[in-house]
Amino acid sequence: MRIYAGPAPRPARSVLCRPNPSFLKGFSLVVACAVVMTGVAFPVHAGEGAAPPPAQAAPSETQAPAAEAKTDDVLKIRILMAREIQEDRLPPLSLLDIPPPDDGLAGARLGIEDNNTTGRFLKQEFLLDTVENANADELVAEVSKKVDEGFPFVVADARPETLLKLADALKDKDAVVFNVGSPDETLREENCRVNVKHTAPSRTMLADALAQYLAWKQWRNWLLVVGPTPEDKAFADALKRAATRFGLKIVDERLFEYEPGSRRADGGFEQIQQQIPSFMQGAPDHDVVVVADEGELFAEYFPYRTWISRPVVGSAGLYPTTWHPAVELWGGTQFQNRFQRLAKRQMRPIDYNAWTAVRSVGEAASRTNSSDAKTLIDYMRSDKFDLAAFKGQKLTYRSWNGQLRQPIFITTPKIHVTVSPQPGFLHEFSELDTLGVDRPETKCTAFQ
Amino acid sequence: MKRQSTGLALALFAGVMLAFSASNAFAYRVFISNEKENTISVIDSETLELIHTIKTGNRPRGIILGNEGKWVIVCVSDDNKLQVFDTQTYELVKDLPSGPDPELPILHTSGNPLYVSNEDDNLVTVVDIFENRIITDIPVGVEPEGMGMSPDGKWLVNTSETTNMAHFIDTESLKVVDNVLVDSRPRVAEFTPDGKEVWVSAEIGGTVTVIATDSREVLAKINFEIQGITKDAIQPVGVRISSDGKKAFVALGPANRVAVVDVATREVERYLLVGQRVWNLGFTPDEKLLFTTNGTSNDVSVIDVASLKVTKSIRVGRYPWGVVAAPN
Repeated sequence: MRIYAGPAPRPARSVLCRPNPSFLKGFSLVVACAVVMTGVAFPVHAGEGAAPPPAQAAPSETQAPAAEAKTDDVLKIRILMAREIQEDRLPPLSLLDIPPPDDGLAGARLGIEDNNTTGRFLKQEFLLDTVENANADELVAEVSKKVDEGFPFVVADARPETLLKLADALKDKDAVVFNVGSPDETLREENCRVNVKHTAPSRTMLADALAQYLAWKQWRNWLLVVGPTPEDKAFADALKRAATRFGLKIVDERLFEYEPGSRRADGGFEQIQQQIPSFMQGAPDHDVVVVADEGELFAEYFPYRTWISRPVVGSAGLYPTTWHPAVELWGGTQFQNRFQRLAKRQMRPIDYNAWTAVRSVGEAASRTNSSDAKTLIDYMRSDKFDLAAFKGQKLTYRSWNGQLRQPIFITTPKIHVTVSPQPGFLHEFSELDTLGVDRPETKCTAFQ
Repeated sequence: MKRQSTGLALALFAGVMLAFSASNAFAYRVFISNEKENTISVIDSETLELIHTIKTGNRPRGIILGNEGKWVIVCVSDDNKLQVFDTQTYELVKDLPSGPDPELPILHTSGNPLYVSNEDDNLVTVVDIFENRIITDIPVGVEPEGMGMSPDGKWLVNTSETTNMAHFIDTESLKVVDNVLVDSRPRVAEFTPDGKEVWVSAEIGGTVTVIATDSREVLAKINFEIQGITKDAIQPVGVRISSDGKKAFVALGPANRVAVVDVATREVERYLLVGQRVWNLGFTPDEKLLFTTNGTSNDVSVIDVASLKVTKSIRVGRYPWGVVAAPN
C-alpha cells in the first residue's frame, strides 16, 4: 500500500477534525483526529482517496473564472450543484472509503475549468454555484429559486425521492437535472422524468458489466450474499437479472443480517474471522461469491474469510464502477492529473459523474454556440450530441430514458481488471446497450 | 565536388540496383516508438526486418526527423522532455526541453524551431532544437495533441482533445489566430500538399474534418463505414496525404483498418485491414511504402502504396505508437 505522508505539519485540528457534512458520525471523526494528533502518517489507499478534506468546500460559492475584464458579448452559462446531505447514512467500513466533503463537487469544478478553457475561445463563461441541505424540501425550494435566478443546469447528488421531487418542481421550467449519485432503477424506468439525465450508471448497468466479465471468465456458479437494506436487495435483483440474461447460475442466496453498531470497535477482527466462514458454511459448490452491499457496510468482511477459497465480487473484491482513480486508459492520465491538481485528492465515481454532467452542458454550449437553456437542453436530447469522456468511445444519452451510455470499469480497489461491455456481447445498435435495461424492455414512457 | 558526389551516388545507385534488382524501393530506416516498452524499433525498409532497438526514456510517443534527417526526435512523455538520437549511429545526441507530458512534435518548414503539444498543461511549447531552449509557450485548449504545419510555414495547427478544436497559430506572432470546432477528441492535423486544406481526425467523433486554411471554414466531414464493425469502433487517428495530393490514408484505431480516401472527391475508396488499434502512419521518403503502428498487436503493417495492398506485418516493441522513416 502506498503511504500518503499526509499534509505538511499544520494545526491539523481545525481541518481534519472539522465536521464532515456527509457524515456526522462522531466515531469516524474521532479516528481521524486521533491519527493526526498522535502524529502517525495518514494512510491513503491508492484505490480510493480519503485524503484530508481540502479547506475550501464552502457551500454557496460562485466560482468566478480568471478573466476579470468581461465584455458584454461573453455568454454566461450557470450550473448549480445540489447536494443532499445524508446525515443518516452510515460511514463505510473502511477508513479509506470515507467520502471527502467535496465528493462530486470537485468533479463539477473540474468540468467548469475544462469548459472554461474551451469557452475562452468561444466567448463563453461557465459558473458554478452550490446548494447543500439535509432537508429534502428545503433543498428543492432552494434549487427552484436558483433555477429562477438563471441556473438552469442542476447537477444533483441526492436520494431518489428527492430527485423526483426536484424534477417535478422544475417540470415547467427550461431546466434539466443531472443525477450523478443514484443508481436507482426506478428513476430510469417507471419513475423516469423527461427533465432528468443520469450520468450515474444504473444498478442493472453495473450488474450487467460485472456479469459479462464473469461470463467471459466462465465463473458461472454464483453464491449470492445480500445485505438487509432495500438498496442491497435492489442491487441483488439487478445481479439476478444479469445472471439470467447471461446464462449464469445462482446456486444459493444468503441474507446477511447484521446490526450496524459501532462502525469499528477497538478490535473486531477476532469475531469476524469466525463469523464469515461459519456464515458461508455448507454452500453448494460455487465459482465466485457475489456480495450485494451498496452501503459498503459489510462486503469488505468477505474477501479472505470465505469458507472455501473463492473470489469475492460485487460490492467488494472485484466491483463495477464508472470511474477509478488509477485509470490511465484513453488519455485518462491527464484527466486524473488535472483533477488531482484541482482537488488535492483522487477522483471518485461521483466526481466523474458530475464532471460528465458539467461537460455535457459545455459540449452542448460549444456545439450550439449558445447559452440559452432550451437550446442546450434540446441539443443534449438530439442525436447530434456526443461526449468524449476518457472511456475510449463516445458517450451518448439513451433517447428513451436519459441514461448516459458508458463503458464500466471492472476493478479491484487498486487497479482495473477489465472494461465492459466484454468482447462477444453484441448488440444491434450499440454494444453499450448490452449494459442495463434496453429500449425494448424499458418501462419509461415520459420520453415518448 | 558536387559532380563527384553525384557520380558516387550513381555508382552506389547502380550497385544497389544490382544487389536488389527485384526491389522497387530504396532502403530507408523506419523508426517506430514503442509507448510501453520505452524503445524505438528500427526497421530496414528494404528487407522489412528489425535491424536495431534503441532504448529511450519513458513512454516514447510522437517521433519526427530533424537536422536534415540526421536526428530522430522523440517525445518521452513521462520524462517531460524530448530525446534526440542519431539516425545513423542510434546514439543519444541530447535532450530537448518541453512542457509536461509532451506528445506530438513538429518542425517549422525551415527546420527550426520545433513545436510540441504538451498534453498535461494546455500549452504548445516552441523549442529551439539547436540551442536546446524553450522560446515560448502558446496557450491552447485542454489536452493539446495533433500538430500540423502548412507547407509555406505560416500556419501551425494544433488540436486539443477535450476542447475539440483545431487552433490556428500564426508561426510569426506565435498567437492563436482562429479556432475551429471539430468533432470529439481531435487527434491529428495534416495539411494537403498545396496548403489549401487541413484534415483533422476526430477519434471519438469518428470523422475527419476538412478545413479551408484561408477562410477556416469547414469544407467537409468525412465519415467511415465498415460492414461488420460498429460505429463506435471507428476511431480515426493518423492521417497522411501523399505528396502528389491525391490520396489520403486514415488510420481507424480499433476498427483495425486504414481508409484510403480520394483527396479531391473526399470519398473513401477502400479499407485496408491492418493490425489491431492502428494509430499512426508514416510514408517512406519515396512514398512507395506506408507503415502503420498497431498498438495492441505490437506490430507494424506495411502497405504497398501503388497496389494498396498490405504486404507484411513486422513485430516491433510493446504498444507501437509513432513512426517516421529516414533516408539511409
